[in-house]
Amino acid sequence: MSKDYKQMWSDLEINLDAHDGLLGVLSDAYTNIYLSQKNRPEGMKYFDFVISEVHGLRIEEIVEAKKQGRKVIGTFCVYVPEELILAVEGVCIGLCAGADVGTDEAEKYIPRNTCALIKAFMGFKLAGLCPYVQTADLIVGETTCDGKKKAYELFDEMMNGKVYVMEIPNKKGQDDKALWLNEVQRFSAKLEKISGKKITPEKLKEASKVVNEKRKALQRLASLRSADPSPISGLDALLVNQVAFYDDPLRFTAKVNELCDELTERLKTGKGVSAKGSPRILISGSPMAIPNWKIHAIVEGSGATIVGEESCVGERNFASLMDENFSSLNEGLQNIADRYLTINCACFTPNDERLTDIETIAKRVKADGILHYAIQFCTPYMIEATKVRKVAEKRKIPFLRIETDYSMEDMGQLKTRIEAFLEMMGKGARV
Amino acid sequence: MRIGGIDIGSRYIKYVLLEDNSILDFKKRETGHNPLSVCKELLTVNRPEKIVATGYGRYLLEVFGDIRTITEIKAVAKGVKAVFPHCRTIIDIGGQDTKVISLSGQGSVVNFEMNDRCAAGTGRFIEIMSRALGYDLDHFGASCSIRNGNVKINSMCTVFAESEVISLIAKGEKREVIAYSIHDSIASKVISMVKRIDIQDDIVFAGGCARNPCLRKILEDRLNRTLYVHENPYMHAAYGAALYAEI
Repeated sequence: MSKDYKQMWSDLEINLDAHDGLLGVLSDAYTNIYLSQKNRPEGMKYFDFVISEVHGLRIEEIVEAKKQGRKVIGTFCVYVPEELILAVEGVCIGLCAGADVGTDEAEKYIPRNTCALIKAFMGFKLAGLCPYVQTADLIVGETTCDGKKKAYELFDEMMNGKVYVMEIPNKKGQDDKALWLNEVQRFSAKLEKISGKKITPEKLKEASKVVNEKRKALQRLASLRSADPSPISGLDALLVNQVAFYDDPLRFTAKVNELCDELTERLKTGKGVSAKGSPRILISGSPMAIPNWKIHAIVEGSGATIVGEESCVGERNFASLMDENFSSLNEGLQNIADRYLTINCACFTPNDERLTDIETIAKRVKADGILHYAIQFCTPYMIEATKVRKVAEKRKIPFLRIETDYSMEDMGQLKTRIEAFLEMMGKGARV
Repeated sequence: MRIGGIDIGSRYIKYVLLEDNSILDFKKRETGHNPLSVCKELLTVNRPEKIVATGYGRYLLEVFGDIRTITEIKAVAKGVKAVFPHCRTIIDIGGQDTKVISLSGQGSVVNFEMNDRCAAGTGRFIEIMSRALGYDLDHFGASCSIRNGNVKINSMCTVFAESEVISLIAKGEKREVIAYSIHDSIASKVISMVKRIDIQDDIVFAGGCARNPCLRKILEDRLNRTLYVHENPYMHAAYGAALYAEI
């Protein structure tokens, strides 16, 4: 990091010693996993910089934005409408939940067999290690799974009542659509109240455009990965998708487009990150919050390339755009409600649309194999893996199901399973 | 030409040396705390021209230069198929991993299941339980070949199962009875993995645990099929790796 942020962190009540430790681990992991990659695009330098300043410069920007009266809204789910947050000039931040941090603290409140993501968001707060959560004026939870739903009740107490929960329906019928529209309206009113700013159709249009442009840039990146060889590693693409939740949206979009321009040039020369014909893996399942790079690191370390993520940190975040054609606020809110219900999370029943998505993406990215990733104890994705396996079998695509968390103790077993999977595909790992 | 295969497992290192396709030497050593020195010791005698490494510690041999590695799943498939040409399914219970592998008619791996980090249902589990009951590991399985009581070990977790065993001992339950129920609980774990795979005959039981007669019998009874076991079931992965060395 370029400068000393100790005062800022101290003001945000960060546990400085433990935080130094965390940044040290993060920096080592980043060096080992990211900076050691070959053939990286120049455009990744920006994202390397963002990571090196993830708790520094970006926090400083957010603190500055707060001084100017902007509100910071922390989220944990791609169902929370970013357009509305931007329409009240808020700063939308996806919160820290991707590392084995503060687990002991979290386990004082929640059972051990709770998923790593929930443990992490609680752990980051309890251990005083997440400057983002400290800057938040409002934390938006959602009723996607039982674990999160109940954990938010406890989290609200830890956050002194700053948690606001949106109800996500369990199905996608008419009643559910009505419920969800109401939730979107209520959230819009909540944001107006907390920010003291009115959401007008014009402001919402402007915000929708910003978010749609971000999605389009991510779509562009995703489609470039369809090339063989892929012009960018799965690790780097994952990182871009993770940074999408933290960064200033306008700057982020510009940087992703710059990266995509470079990748387009690469394609013309046939240059890629791996040899043509290397095994191409599609990841499907639970989200990989920053800095969860575990599966990508193992897969790409074994000689395959990850060419897509059917995940909330991935396709589900950017696959559909919001219809920007509306003339009243009500129409705009309806468009938001419609757009967000196209996200096919395993918390819905039935959720056959997700299976269709997986088939479509697998075809688009020319996947040689599908690796289903579920965070251990993430029941919805763990169970839905059975249906995904059937889709893979129908399409004759080799399939591997992995359940793991953020710890490193199962690296050996995962490496064996993933390498054996690549060997089985006949495009074997190192032999 | 002499070629070799080395399988660096969590409990034992197995080494097979081949000359003109016949086994010249087989060695098995405890992995211990310094597997690299064990490997060095094994490889100094009759150093083969080509060698393939497999098993949990397969990357350790990178210090010797360009030694090829394959996973133990691929290795065991090759090593079993060479000995049992009709094999279509392998149950391999090693030190810390249990694998169920499905083979095509030609012998290539078409599907597999493997336990995650948890050591339940693996050799390590059997070892800890035999110790808790005061058995010598080699005689543990022979001590309890028939069900002669009605005790059930419910916990799959090694730590909890051990405390379950200790409370059964405290209740005065006979150790043969407890021993049987331990084997039965391991078999359940293995069967649940077998069920996720489309199993076909012949089934070969490989890995160190295949020498355990009680486990073999329970698995055979519950699967209602014969399991084929080689006289040296430790050898398959190292043998398979050696066979890949000539390719």
